[in-house]
Amino acid sequence: MVTALLVVLCGGIGAAARFLADGVVEAPFTGEYPLGTLVVNLTGSFLLGLVLGLGVSHRVQLLVGTATLGSYTTFSTWMLETHRSAQDGEPGLAWRSVIIALVAGLAAVWLGRVVGRAV
Amino acid sequence: MGDRGRLLAAIFAGGMVGAAIRTGLVELAPTRVGSWPWTTFAVNVLGCLLLGYFVTRLQERLPITAYQHPFLGTGLCGALTTFATMQLELLRMLDRGDLLLAAAYAAGSVLAGFVGIMLGTAVVRRARLTW
Repeated sequence: MVTALLVVLCGGIGAAARFLADGVVEAPFTGEYPLGTLVVNLTGSFLLGLVLGLGVSHRVQLLVGTATLGSYTTFSTWMLETHRSAQDGEPGLAWRSVIIALVAGLAAVWLGRVVGRAV
Repeated sequence: MGDRGRLLAAIFAGGMVGAAIRTGLVELAPTRVGSWPWTTFAVNVLGCLLLGYFVTRLQERLPITAYQHPFLGTGLCGALTTFATMQLELLRMLDRGDLLLAAAYAAGSVLAGFVGIMLGTAVVRRARLTW
């Protein structure tokens, strides 16, 4: 019961943190590229790798990994931005950004795990 | 509470709902090693369908209300779907040398998510499917 409440709270914190981080990253830029979502997704992937690399308990994994970082990172906004830029006549940019996010995301979670295991 | 505070509260509330649904499903149906992560796949595609619908409806059909978009879009759909877990699942597939599964899962998620946004958008526009 306590865990369920904490999951819900952590989910709210993750989503609010995503909004704040996105604002900080996007603020200095006016370009077309949705950099905020990419930075959020990469930092979240790194942190998830880090948490697992540290070898935490199932409960911590659930609260920090699944609830908080799962909520902090987002798949749907990433896809929406890809769809909208493909629709705006920039399909090249859209699919390039998909590949970049996938490769960098994989690298980020791997790096996080390496760091977590080394600590 | 100022405007920014209320905006954050709406996102926080939506995030609580989205994360609760996703985490509940993950606990009920955890991904088995070496198999397709159906739970993550399902929440990601469902979240795209909903986000395409909500965003298009709020931007193109209804007068913009202050807190629907942050609650439903940024909060609920953003938290229902996840990028980090998908990347971790991909890494674990690669750990096991399951290149084919990893490639299929990455491509399948992106394609299904994209189609989800398209369908959600098309339902509101009631037009033929376009980019």
